[in-house]
Amino acid sequence: MFKNQLKPNLWVDKYSDYLFNFTIIKVNDSEIAKDLISETFLAGLKSKDNFKGEASERTWLTSILKRKIIDHYRKINSNKVKAEVRITYSDEESEGDWLEEQLSDPYDKNAEDLILNTELGTAIHNCLDNLNEKHALIFKMKTIDNFDTETICKEFDISPSNLWVIIHRARKTMIDCLNENWF
Amino acid sequence: MKCEDAGQVCDKSQYKEASFWEKLKLNVHLLYCSPCREYKQKNVKLSIVLKRSKLKTMSLGDKKDLKKQIHQEIDK
Repeated sequence: MFKNQLKPNLWVDKYSDYLFNFTIIKVNDSEIAKDLISETFLAGLKSKDNFKGEASERTWLTSILKRKIIDHYRKINSNKVKAEVRITYSDEESEGDWLEEQLSDPYDKNAEDLILNTELGTAIHNCLDNLNEKHALIFKMKTIDNFDTETICKEFDISPSNLWVIIHRARKTMIDCLNENWF
Repeated sequence: MKCEDAGQVCDKSQYKEASFWEKLKLNVHLLYCSPCREYKQKNVKLSIVLKRSKLKTMSLGDKKDLKKQIHQEIDK
Protein backbone atom coordinates (compact mmCIF):
# COMPACT_ATOMS: atom_id res chain seq x y z
CA MET A 1 0.00 0.00 0.00
CA PHE A 2 1.17 3.52 -0.79
CA LYS A 3 2.19 5.42 2.32
CA ASN A 4 2.53 9.16 2.63
CA GLN A 5 5.89 10.40 3.73
CA LEU A 6 6.88 13.53 5.58
CA LYS A 7 9.04 16.05 3.76
CA PRO A 8 9.68 18.82 6.28
CA ASN A 9 11.89 20.71 3.83
CA LEU A 10 8.82 21.48 1.73
CA TRP A 11 6.37 22.21 4.55
CA VAL A 12 6.63 25.99 4.39
CA ASP A 13 6.24 26.23 0.61
CA LYS A 14 3.47 23.68 0.45
CA TYR A 15 1.37 24.27 3.54
CA SER A 16 2.13 27.57 5.25
CA ASP A 17 -0.52 29.52 3.31
CA TYR A 18 -3.15 26.85 3.84
CA LEU A 19 -2.42 26.66 7.56
CA PHE A 20 -2.24 30.45 7.77
CA ASN A 21 -5.77 30.85 6.39
CA PHE A 22 -7.03 28.05 8.57
CA THR A 23 -5.62 29.81 11.64
CA ILE A 24 -6.43 33.40 10.81
CA ILE A 25 -10.15 32.62 10.57
CA LYS A 26 -9.99 31.30 14.11
CA VAL A 27 -7.60 33.65 15.88
CA ASN A 28 -7.95 36.80 13.74
CA ASP A 29 -4.37 37.97 14.28
CA SER A 30 -1.57 37.32 11.83
CA GLU A 31 1.23 37.44 14.43
CA ILE A 32 -0.50 34.86 16.62
CA ALA A 33 -1.25 32.77 13.54
CA LYS A 34 2.39 32.80 12.55
CA ASP A 35 3.47 31.73 16.05
CA LEU A 36 0.95 28.90 16.14
CA ILE A 37 2.10 27.63 12.74
CA SER A 38 5.72 27.80 13.80
CA GLU A 39 4.85 25.78 16.93
CA THR A 40 2.97 23.32 14.73
CA PHE A 41 5.92 22.72 12.41
CA LEU A 42 8.30 22.24 15.33
CA ALA A 43 5.88 19.88 17.09
CA GLY A 44 5.51 18.00 13.80
CA LEU A 45 9.27 17.56 13.54
CA LYS A 46 9.48 16.32 17.11
CA SER A 47 6.75 13.75 16.65
CA LYS A 48 7.49 12.78 13.07
CA ASP A 49 8.05 9.18 14.11
CA ASN A 50 4.37 9.01 15.09
CA PHE A 51 3.32 9.74 11.51
CA LYS A 52 1.96 6.49 10.14
CA GLY A 53 1.53 7.66 6.57
CA GLU A 54 -2.19 6.95 6.44
CA ALA A 55 -3.30 10.58 6.37
CA SER A 56 -1.86 13.17 4.03
CA GLU A 57 0.90 15.38 5.33
CA ARG A 58 -1.43 18.38 5.29
CA THR A 59 -4.16 16.60 7.28
CA TRP A 60 -1.60 15.48 9.82
CA LEU A 61 -0.15 18.98 10.25
CA THR A 62 -3.66 20.45 10.45
CA SER A 63 -4.54 18.11 13.30
CA ILE A 64 -1.48 19.27 15.23
CA LEU A 65 -2.40 22.88 14.48
CA LYS A 66 -5.95 22.34 15.75
CA ARG A 67 -4.59 21.28 19.11
CA LYS A 68 -2.34 24.35 19.18
CA ILE A 69 -5.32 26.58 18.46
CA ILE A 70 -7.34 24.96 21.25
CA ASP A 71 -4.44 25.54 23.64
CA HIS A 72 -4.37 29.15 22.52
CA TYR A 73 -8.13 29.52 23.17
CA ARG A 74 -7.69 28.08 26.65
CA LYS A 75 -4.98 30.60 27.34
CA ILE A 76 -7.00 33.63 26.23
CA ASN A 77 -10.10 32.32 27.96
CA SER A 78 -8.37 32.18 31.30
CA ASN A 79 -7.36 35.81 30.69
CA LYS A 80 -10.94 36.71 29.79
CA VAL A 81 -12.28 35.49 33.12
CA LYS A 82 -10.08 38.01 34.84
CA ALA A 83 -11.21 40.80 32.52
CA GLU A 84 -14.83 39.84 33.12
CA VAL A 85 -14.58 40.40 36.84
CA ARG A 86 -13.03 43.77 36.28
CA ILE A 87 -15.63 44.94 33.81
CA THR A 88 -18.56 43.72 35.89
CA TYR A 89 -17.50 45.64 38.95
CA SER A 90 -16.23 48.76 37.26
CA ASP A 91 -19.66 49.86 36.07
CA GLU A 92 -22.62 48.58 38.07
CA GLU A 93 -25.35 50.33 36.06
CA SER A 94 -24.61 48.72 32.77
CA GLU A 95 -23.95 45.33 34.26
CA GLY A 96 -27.14 43.75 32.92
CA ASP A 97 -26.69 45.12 29.43
CA TRP A 98 -23.18 43.93 29.38
CA LEU A 99 -24.18 40.36 30.17
CA GLU A 100 -26.75 40.40 27.40
CA GLU A 101 -24.17 41.67 25.00
CA GLN A 102 -21.94 38.83 26.00
CA LEU A 103 -24.64 36.33 25.17
CA SER A 104 -25.34 37.62 21.71
CA ASP A 105 -22.50 36.43 19.61
CA PRO A 106 -21.50 39.17 17.17
CA TYR A 107 -19.91 36.59 14.89
CA ASP A 108 -23.05 34.53 14.61
CA LYS A 109 -24.64 36.40 11.74
CA ASN A 110 -21.42 36.02 9.82
CA ALA A 111 -21.19 32.34 10.58
CA GLU A 112 -22.66 31.32 7.25
CA ASP A 113 -20.30 33.57 5.33
CA LEU A 114 -17.45 32.21 7.33
CA ILE A 115 -18.32 28.60 6.57
CA LEU A 116 -18.68 29.38 2.89
CA ASN A 117 -15.36 31.17 2.89
CA THR A 118 -13.63 28.33 4.69
CA GLU A 119 -14.97 25.81 2.18
CA LEU A 120 -14.03 28.00 -0.75
CA GLY A 121 -10.60 28.59 0.76
CA THR A 122 -10.02 24.86 1.08
CA ALA A 123 -11.22 24.29 -2.49
CA ILE A 124 -8.81 26.93 -3.75
CA HIS A 125 -5.91 25.42 -1.83
CA ASN A 126 -6.74 21.97 -3.17
CA CYS A 127 -6.67 23.38 -6.69
CA LEU A 128 -3.40 25.19 -6.04
CA ASP A 129 -1.93 21.74 -5.34
CA ASN A 130 -2.24 21.06 -9.07
CA LEU A 131 0.42 23.70 -9.75
CA ASN A 132 4.07 23.18 -8.97
CA GLU A 133 5.26 25.01 -5.87
CA LYS A 134 7.04 27.82 -7.65
CA HIS A 135 4.17 28.53 -10.00
CA ALA A 136 1.67 28.41 -7.14
CA LEU A 137 3.79 30.88 -5.20
CA ILE A 138 4.05 33.25 -8.17
CA PHE A 139 0.33 33.01 -8.85
CA LYS A 140 -0.52 33.76 -5.22
CA MET A 141 1.90 36.70 -5.05
CA LYS A 142 0.41 38.20 -8.18
CA THR A 143 -3.24 37.46 -7.51
CA ILE A 144 -3.72 37.46 -3.76
CA ASP A 145 -0.98 39.79 -2.60
CA ASN A 146 -1.23 42.02 -5.68
CA PHE A 147 2.51 42.40 -6.10
CA ASP A 148 3.48 44.24 -9.27
CA THR A 149 5.03 42.37 -12.18
CA GLU A 150 8.46 43.93 -11.74
CA THR A 151 8.82 42.88 -8.08
CA ILE A 152 7.90 39.27 -8.82
CA CYS A 153 10.20 39.10 -11.85
CA LYS A 154 13.09 40.33 -9.69
CA GLU A 155 12.32 37.95 -6.84
CA PHE A 156 12.25 34.91 -9.12
CA ASP A 157 14.68 36.16 -11.76
CA ILE A 158 12.24 35.71 -14.66
CA SER A 159 11.15 37.97 -17.54
CA PRO A 160 7.70 39.57 -17.68
CA SER A 161 6.73 37.30 -20.58
CA ASN A 162 7.75 34.25 -18.50
CA LEU A 163 5.59 35.60 -15.72
CA TRP A 164 2.53 35.98 -17.95
CA VAL A 165 2.96 32.47 -19.34
CA ILE A 166 3.07 31.10 -15.76
CA ILE A 167 0.04 33.20 -14.79
CA HIS A 168 -1.89 32.03 -17.86
CA ARG A 169 -1.24 28.34 -17.12
CA ALA A 170 -2.08 28.85 -13.48
CA ARG A 171 -5.35 30.63 -14.26
CA LYS A 172 -6.37 27.93 -16.72
CA THR A 173 -5.61 25.20 -14.19
CA MET A 174 -7.54 27.05 -11.47
CA ILE A 175 -10.50 27.66 -13.79
CA ASP A 176 -10.71 23.97 -14.75
CA CYS A 177 -10.40 22.89 -11.14
CA LEU A 178 -12.87 25.35 -9.60
CA ASN A 179 -15.29 25.34 -12.52
CA GLU A 180 -17.53 22.50 -11.41
CA ASN A 181 -18.42 23.65 -7.93
CA TRP A 182 -17.71 27.31 -7.60
CA PHE A 183 -18.51 29.08 -10.89
CA MET B 1 -4.77 39.15 -32.88
CA LYS B 2 -4.11 35.47 -32.23
CA CYS B 3 -5.95 33.54 -29.53
CA GLU B 4 -2.71 33.12 -27.62
CA ASP B 5 -2.26 36.90 -27.40
CA ALA B 6 -5.91 37.41 -26.63
CA GLY B 7 -5.60 35.05 -23.66
CA GLN B 8 -2.63 36.98 -22.36
CA VAL B 9 -4.28 40.38 -22.68
CA CYS B 10 -7.31 38.91 -20.98
CA ASP B 11 -5.09 37.81 -18.06
CA LYS B 12 -3.35 41.17 -17.92
CA SER B 13 -6.64 43.02 -17.75
CA GLN B 14 -7.54 40.96 -14.66
CA TYR B 15 -4.61 42.69 -12.99
CA LYS B 16 -5.34 46.05 -14.65
CA GLU B 17 -2.11 45.80 -16.61
CA ALA B 18 -3.50 45.74 -20.16
CA SER B 19 -3.08 48.92 -22.19
CA PHE B 20 -5.92 50.71 -23.93
CA TRP B 21 -4.87 49.39 -27.36
CA GLU B 22 -4.48 45.85 -26.09
CA LYS B 23 -7.97 45.94 -24.67
CA LEU B 24 -9.37 47.41 -27.86
CA LYS B 25 -7.75 44.67 -29.96
CA LEU B 26 -8.97 42.06 -27.50
CA ASN B 27 -12.54 43.31 -27.77
CA VAL B 28 -12.42 43.15 -31.57
CA HIS B 29 -11.04 39.60 -31.35
CA LEU B 30 -13.78 38.60 -28.93
CA LEU B 31 -16.43 39.67 -31.44
CA TYR B 32 -15.66 36.73 -33.68
CA CYS B 33 -13.90 34.20 -31.37
CA SER B 34 -16.19 32.26 -29.08
CA PRO B 35 -13.51 30.12 -27.31
CA CYS B 36 -11.77 33.33 -26.21
CA ARG B 37 -15.10 34.79 -25.14
CA GLU B 38 -15.62 31.74 -22.98
CA TYR B 39 -12.13 32.04 -21.52
CA LYS B 40 -12.68 35.69 -20.74
CA GLN B 41 -15.94 34.93 -18.98
CA LYS B 42 -14.38 32.23 -16.81
CA ASN B 43 -11.29 34.30 -16.18
CA VAL B 44 -13.42 37.12 -14.78
CA LYS B 45 -15.28 34.60 -12.62
CA LEU B 46 -12.00 33.28 -11.27
CA SER B 47 -11.04 36.78 -10.17
CA ILE B 48 -14.39 37.22 -8.46
CA VAL B 49 -14.19 33.86 -6.68
CA LEU B 50 -10.64 34.53 -5.48
CA LYS B 51 -11.68 37.93 -4.20
CA ARG B 52 -14.71 36.51 -2.43
CA SER B 53 -12.62 33.87 -0.68
CA LYS B 54 -10.69 36.64 1.15
CA LEU B 55 -7.70 34.33 1.04
CA LYS B 56 -4.56 35.58 2.70
CA THR B 57 -0.97 34.51 2.37
CA MET B 58 1.87 34.51 4.80
CA SER B 59 4.50 37.13 3.92
CA LEU B 60 7.72 36.00 2.24
CA GLY B 61 9.71 37.23 5.24
CA ASP B 62 7.66 35.15 7.65
CA LYS B 63 8.05 32.12 5.39
CA LYS B 64 11.81 32.56 5.37
CA ASP B 65 11.79 32.75 9.18
CA LEU B 66 9.81 29.52 9.38
CA LYS B 67 12.14 27.75 6.95
CA LYS B 68 15.12 28.79 9.03
CA GLN B 69 13.49 27.43 12.18
CA ILE B 70 12.73 24.10 10.51
CA HIS B 71 16.26 23.75 9.15
CA GLN B 72 17.77 24.52 12.52
CA GLU B 73 15.57 21.88 14.10
CA ILE B 74 16.46 19.29 11.45
CA ASP B 75 20.17 19.96 11.83
CA LYS B 76 20.04 19.51 15.60
